[in-house]
Amino acid sequence: MTNILTLIEVSHRGGIAASARGLLAAAATLGSPVAVVVSAAPLADDDVARLGELGAVKVYSAVTAAAGSVLVAPAVDALSRAVDAYRPAAVLTANSVDGREAAARLAVRVGGSVLADVVRVRSDNGTVVAQHSVFGGAYTVESVVEGGLPVLTIRQGAIEGEAPAATAEVDTVSLEATTDAATVIDQFNDDVAVSVRPELRTAATVVSGGRGLGSSENFVLVEQLADALGAAIGASRAAVDAGYIAQTAQVGQTGVSVSPQLYIALGISGAIQHRAGMQTAKTIVAINKDEDAPIFEVADFGIVGDIFTVVPKLIEAVKARSN
Amino acid sequence: MKIVVLVKQVPDTAEERKLDPATGQLDRESTDLVVDEINERALETALRIKDTNKGTEVVAMTMGPDQATQSLRKALSMGADSGVHVVDDSLSGADTGRTAATLAAALRSTGFDVVVAGNESTDGRAGVVPAMIAEHLQLPLLGSLISAEIADDGVRGVRQGEGGTLNVRAGLPAVLTVTERFPEARFPNFKGILTAKRKPVITLSVADLGVAATPSRSVVISTAERPPRAAGRKLIDDGDAASELAEFLVANRLV
Ligand SMILES: Cc1cc2nc3c(=O)[nH]c(=O)nc-3n(C[C@H](O)[C@H](O)[C@H](O)COP(=O)(O)OP(=O)(O)OC[C@H]3O[C@@H](n4cnc5c(N)ncnc54)[C@H](O)[C@@H]3O)c2cc1C
Repeated sequence: MTNILTLIEVSHRGGIAASARGLLAAAATLGSPVAVVVSAAPLADDDVARLGELGAVKVYSAVTAAAGSVLVAPAVDALSRAVDAYRPAAVLTANSVDGREAAARLAVRVGGSVLADVVRVRSDNGTVVAQHSVFGGAYTVESVVEGGLPVLTIRQGAIEGEAPAATAEVDTVSLEATTDAATVIDQFNDDVAVSVRPELRTAATVVSGGRGLGSSENFVLVEQLADALGAAIGASRAAVDAGYIAQTAQVGQTGVSVSPQLYIALGISGAIQHRAGMQTAKTIVAINKDEDAPIFEVADFGIVGDIFTVVPKLIEAVKARSN
Repeated sequence: MKIVVLVKQVPDTAEERKLDPATGQLDRESTDLVVDEINERALETALRIKDTNKGTEVVAMTMGPDQATQSLRKALSMGADSGVHVVDDSLSGADTGRTAATLAAALRSTGFDVVVAGNESTDGRAGVVPAMIAEHLQLPLLGSLISAEIADDGVRGVRQGEGGTLNVRAGLPAVLTVTERFPEARFPNFKGILTAKRKPVITLSVADLGVAATPSRSVVISTAERPPRAAGRKLIDDGDAASELAEFLVANRLV
């Protein structure tokens, strides 16, 4: 069967990134998944076993001292060597900051083309076909690569399911450090809050807050409703700009795109750029005191009211029902 | 120091954007075209260096059809010193690979110490062109920065990673991309608008640059429009709306 390479990101502390599942699941629909991993120390047996569980038939483990100190370049070197070794029909990376840069450089280096922000993949008689969700889900577009290696960046959280488990065979290589044109990493500043809430990109329910919350103290209301519903927290750009919440929570055109079962917008006007990140949600609920707010145009259930009176009652009602 | 800022003209995100169903390409007729906001932030980054260091030269570069000169004029009126417009009929519908190869050639011929671009455009959202350019030019990329210090001996920045941020640095020349965490751009003032008309804009064609057609390319094979969402129920809160919503959520098995 034809090989499909996946770039598996590992954090500088050694954990396999959450994007690995979707990448290997997508790869398995196209061919035989090969996990390409770059690390400073040889991969632990546990990691290899985990990658096998997620569907990797082979693991190309590239070991280099540069892994934690040089940005992206080691991943590109490892991928281009793996392309030589495995002659894949496609290369898949996460559409993450590192993944897309590695994909871009690889495509130039090996003479391929990038298909970006892919939400589904399929094989059409051996041709890799990528599906994209464009302009906030207003269009579904399919694309292919002609005359070169397809390099796909896969939208995080978009691919459902898991590849069939495999027992991964490991191929360990040592990469010589590339020194030219390097961006050096001086320090990692990890996010402190290890939240127990679900991950925004894949959560079944998302509660988002906007400028209508008025302050970071008031933003607690969003957290309370989210916790009552077991939901992830999102935000509008205005809420992020105002410092109510971290940028990683931003939903929309320039933030995360989500498609949950339920999306609740609190104090969010529903600017087109916000809707671009959430209008493919199954059910949309909006609470806003302005009855003309555009968010109501896409809401399945809208309440024209004050979030500070409606939301506490909603939390109580939800808690009462779950008891 | 010479800083080239990459600028892209895009459909205004404040309006409904359209694709041509036959080609899958952007329908340029249907929306107003503007300078992508992230490129204005990139330009602002360069102009702030020029504000404090008069020896700085800021060049705005774009690739796009004739009307893309408007975006260069805007950049010049904000304070860029000159513009480079890569324009050629054969570039219509260029994919990211072709765009990057062409811009890399234009950058080589223009010369620079630093290239500043946006982390991703609002229309393509691929976020790959700056990294492709860096690969063509064999340069370091400091991508997706939330802050940067650009000096004669190199660039330092803070990059937004997946589980936190990273402090990164590279020597010059280098390519860097900014995110929305960078400050909003200044507005062009009256003097800026007047002087912009006298500032030079160079036009470059594919033949001028001698870029060969890329053998590999991405091609759209189908485009389908989704039906728009319909609005549902809207209640004015009279004290009971919260419990009605709770019932709705229960009835739809959403809690
Ligand atoms: C290039 C570009 C990209 C962008 N990307 C994004 C993006 O990714 N995500 C994004 O969200 N935005 C994005 N924006 C910004 C977008 O245009 C809007 O400015 C932003 O979404 C507004 O956020 P908001 O709805 O929280 O604020 P506002 O528009 O100010 O709305 C606040 C709402 O709260 C309501 N409200 C106030 N008080 C109460 C109360 N007590 N009870 C109930 N309701 C109340 C008000 O009626 C109002 O409707 C982008 C803009 C541009 C130009």
